[in-house]
Amino acid sequence: MMKTIQNPAVGELPPVGAGIDRKNSTFNQLLLSLKSIPVLVALVVLVTVVVLAAFAPVLGTVDPIAINPGGRFSPISEAYWLGSDAYGRDLYSRLLYGARISLIVGLGAAAASIAAGLVIGVVAGYLKVLDAIIMRVMDGVMAIPSILLAIALVSLTGASLVTVLVAITVPEIPRVVRLVRSIILNVRSEAYVEAAVSLGTPTLRILTRHMVPNTIAPLIVQGTFIFASAILTEATLSFLGAGLPTEIPSWGNMMADGRMYFQLYPGLVLYPGIVLALTLLSVNILGDVLRDVLDPKMAKRT
Amino acid sequence: MFPYVIKRVLATIPVMTMVAVVVFAMLRLTPGDPAAILAGDDASGAQLEQIRRTMGLDQPILTQLFVWLKQLLQGDLGVSLISGTPVVSMIGSRVAPTISLALATIVLTIIVAVPMGVVAARRPGKLLDRTVMTFSVMGFSIPTFVIGYLLIYLLSLKLGWFPVQGYSPIEKGIGPFLHRLVLPTIALSGIYVALVARITRSSVIDVMGEDYIRTARAKGARESTVLLRHALRNAAVPIVTVIGIGVASLITGVVVTESVFNLPGLGRLVVEAVLARDYPVIQGLILLFSFTYVLINLTVDILYTVFDPRIRY
Repeated sequence: MMKTIQNPAVGELPPVGAGIDRKNSTFNQLLLSLKSIPVLVALVVLVTVVVLAAFAPVLGTVDPIAINPGGRFSPISEAYWLGSDAYGRDLYSRLLYGARISLIVGLGAAAASIAAGLVIGVVAGYLKVLDAIIMRVMDGVMAIPSILLAIALVSLTGASLVTVLVAITVPEIPRVVRLVRSIILNVRSEAYVEAAVSLGTPTLRILTRHMVPNTIAPLIVQGTFIFASAILTEATLSFLGAGLPTEIPSWGNMMADGRMYFQLYPGLVLYPGIVLALTLLSVNILGDVLRDVLDPKMAKRT
Repeated sequence: MFPYVIKRVLATIPVMTMVAVVVFAMLRLTPGDPAAILAGDDASGAQLEQIRRTMGLDQPILTQLFVWLKQLLQGDLGVSLISGTPVVSMIGSRVAPTISLALATIVLTIIVAVPMGVVAARRPGKLLDRTVMTFSVMGFSIPTFVIGYLLIYLLSLKLGWFPVQGYSPIEKGIGPFLHRLVLPTIALSGIYVALVARITRSSVIDVMGEDYIRTARAKGARESTVLLRHALRNAAVPIVTVIGIGVASLITGVVVTESVFNLPGLGRLVVEAVLARDYPVIQGLILLFSFTYVLINLTVDILYTVFDPRIRY
């Protein structure tokens, strides 16, 4: 039924009905992009980080928060593969467990902000009554630099993994809302939606079957960028002392701990910093590829 | 043009009001007693009472909101919970390093990023373009504080060209002032250069397909004239927009950079306030930075009409 109504103008934002062909070519396009060396390297780096994080306990690590007063500032040695910090904690183990924290924060913030943004965006796009109010609130939240908003939220709620996750998620929501809302507004007037309305399809079903699927590809792209920006924000917050509790071995906390000793032991700051930078670089490169393939309209704009 | 400017100025009022309401709501909507949050865990009953009274937390919430908005309109950001100093005067004493850093960064960014973008746009896909784009992705991805520490490590600790940290006020001589500003400015420029170079490249590439570029070439204009006089000028609007939008990441960067390089500016004040749990100061700085951001983007929007007289609203 859907296919007969479809018109060429829909081509830009295809409905789910047109799935099979497109999926195949999308997959091929993604495979093809692996021919580019930076993309391949980025994929290898990211996979490595994920594997190191997932299998951290069996990769020769020790307890990342175990303090050893006898082994402070150890150089690289058999016991300390990357040396140790001011408390004699093993840097290699802390880096691997830090990767876990970063990935959890990145995935958690991306999933939470997309879920919240999707619901709010659909409501704003579909219910004209609430649209103006929601969008004004979003404008207000967007005008506050996200790191400051997060700092304020953390300082009000106290530091814990959950509060930091919330503090990172909230500033990301408005951008998702804007994206979802604009897509919903666009497809509202499409012939297939009007057809569904005139056939008496219940509103909820129109939303879930005919409108929301259009947001999936752009949201996947947006999700990768939120993933990277959440990891960066967590590291920044922790580095500033407004992030995760200091006993959690995150990369930002490692850098914050190492700052005082930077001139004597630059590795304390540089190791986690470089690993963080490489991870973000990989995610951003892969995100660009995903955007070019999944969302060519957006790719053209930047 | 004039009605547009007035319309645009008026449009910032709801946004600024919303910012004020959001900042107001954050403290009041956080689960728990706001006074207890502000006072910390080991506050006595009398201290809580004191905070309730000075912050007006014992009033009904709508009264609080109106008092809060009225104080803001009068330029009153409240007083520090720790020192009792008005937040406005705390800001005043810390503003100079931040403004120096921000201005130096914007200048450096424009000097570096715009030529980078134009050069890359000349032959899209060629080696030079790919190099510029690689730098741009790296600028986006390497966190400001990592760039900062790498710079300190290489240029200060290894080569000894620059002081490791610190700030010297401009009144004490322009030499030391600039010398100490170099590394923080480079560190902070990273992400901004990436942003501006990228947008310069793509908007110059867009413009290069226009008829008037072909005309300019046909009449025998030199390539540099075509690029600078015809292409760059018409690509100016998106570039200026991004310089405005980029101020948001500039503000984040300021907070981080001032911490890395120990500059006694507003960014460090944010961090100090967070560590001391001095919420009125945090609140005042959020408002200050957000309003600055909104005002800069207002200026940028108005500048459009100067850069591109075709734009009429």
